[in-house]
Amino acid sequence: MTAAVTTARDARSGAARFEANAATRDPPWIKVVILGVSLGFFGLFLLLPLIAVFVEGLRRGWQVYLAALVEPDAVSAIQLTLLIAAIAVPLNLVFGIAAAWAITKFDFRGKQLLITLIDLPFSVSPVIAGLVFVLVFGAQGWLGPWLSEHGIKIIFAVPGMVLATMFVTFPFVARELIPLMQAQGRDEEEAALVLGASGWEMFRKVTLPNIKWALLYGVILCNARAMGEFGAVSVVSGHIRGLTNTMPLHVEILYNEYQFAAAFAVASLLALLALVTLIVKTYVEWRSAEASGEGETP
Amino acid sequence: MAQVRAHRVLPGFGLSLGFTLTYLSLIVLIPLAAVFLRTTSLSFDAFWQAVSAPRVVASYRLSFGASLLAAVINTVFGFLLAWSLVRYRFPGKRIVDALVDLPFALPTAVAGISLTALYAKNGWLGQYLEAVGIKVAFTPLGVLIALVFIGLPFVVRTVQPVLEDLDTELEEAAASLGAGRWQTMRRIVLPTLLPALLTGFALAFARAVGEYGSVIFIAGNLPMISEITPLIIITKLEQYDYAGATAVAAVMLVVSFALLLLINGLQSWTDRRSAKVRG
Repeated sequence: MTAAVTTARDARSGAARFEANAATRDPPWIKVVILGVSLGFFGLFLLLPLIAVFVEGLRRGWQVYLAALVEPDAVSAIQLTLLIAAIAVPLNLVFGIAAAWAITKFDFRGKQLLITLIDLPFSVSPVIAGLVFVLVFGAQGWLGPWLSEHGIKIIFAVPGMVLATMFVTFPFVARELIPLMQAQGRDEEEAALVLGASGWEMFRKVTLPNIKWALLYGVILCNARAMGEFGAVSVVSGHIRGLTNTMPLHVEILYNEYQFAAAFAVASLLALLALVTLIVKTYVEWRSAEASGEGETP
Repeated sequence: MAQVRAHRVLPGFGLSLGFTLTYLSLIVLIPLAAVFLRTTSLSFDAFWQAVSAPRVVASYRLSFGASLLAAVINTVFGFLLAWSLVRYRFPGKRIVDALVDLPFALPTAVAGISLTALYAKNGWLGQYLEAVGIKVAFTPLGVLIALVFIGLPFVVRTVQPVLEDLDTELEEAAASLGAGRWQTMRRIVLPTLLPALLTGFALAFARAVGEYGSVIFIAGNLPMISEITPLIIITKLEQYDYAGATAVAAVMLVVSFALLLLINGLQSWTDRRSAKVRG
């Protein structure tokens, strides 16, 4: 046990412990070569594409950049993207908490299967995620005739886009919560109940504070994917300008019309969203590392 | 029986599990079942014709081949990047560490147009590559580049934690017994990391096979040459060939499920292996 605690603490002190130890220290020239190759790869494949988005967006100057963002089609695409995320993310948040609660606080048969099924959308191509809803709700789909009789439009309309986004972002929150809540166990909640807390009090005062960072992390990842989803939404959207275009779809249209500066301007907004996501993620990781460090001290 | 009861002191089992199963069925399971049910309405000949047409087969070859190659590249460079992040001190490390997840956070369409801007004939890198006779954009090589981009974090993020948990005592023991650095690496470190490397490889591969947004801009989408399987599904849908689209989708789904099972197996192997090393 002591050994485990020491290892965990050492791990936090980072690379210094490896470089100080003769047995784990690489010869300087190897360090230079490995760092050179891996950082070169990083620069070429990750950093350069990110920089290119902003440089290409600003190539024609700030005026063209800003004009591309305030143009009516762009504004309606931004609004639709926000609307879809505002519906899909809270629903998946509630689902994530419920699934993690059931899986980590109770024993039942088929639990492992349930965890696998929750991960399923990650391994399905986004194009197929869109297709499945066309097969259910489309004109030739199971419910198609009934829907058109009642004048309800799901495919090539906003509801279908929300459904496709929900499918694609389905596992994010649950996946962040399950390992954490599994590690935390049931003792604290059980103690709260024994001490007379109601179910809701127990959740609000014991569970929620314990999971808040993982929850926030799951939500921002879910949100980033919801706002940026392209393939699934593209299949069900019908690409009606000003009506069923999200930001990524708007980027595609502009790009295919050779309005490169405008396409990259809108794309840069999405890239900013990605950067904010990464910053929040780094902060959350730092906070939760700190929180688990506090837990270990006594 | 008494034990089961003891565990159910906590409230909300019925509610949370009931909600989970209902939501899972409505959003994921029933829609996915639609693909297979739709496929059964096709005759076998029609199904076979749809999934084995030359253009479709060419797309499998590209999608699976490029994904495999991209996953190999990512395994090698992802390992080196994870190694650098865990073992070395260098300036800007925190930023590099944070940006490794960029492909998770950056919308695929944005990645797609950005990579195209870099590798097109007159692009930032494309103009120099063109000069030495290498065409990237609108060729299978472009598909590969996009798949390398989206797959990289999977390998780094599966190898990194295992590498962090790796006990230095093993390497110390090897060194004190007279092993060289390379020998220690080959006999101690790499075998310990093997399950994590394979998991990362499989995750990167699985993601690459289904990828759409980042690929279609740079691929050029020439039938038989640079057309990926997800695009075939879209093309068939746009031609109202629902049966054909569904048949190809069913093939891809079966492959995805097989990969998912493989990944689950690999992941539990990783967990057992690292538990053993730590214990």
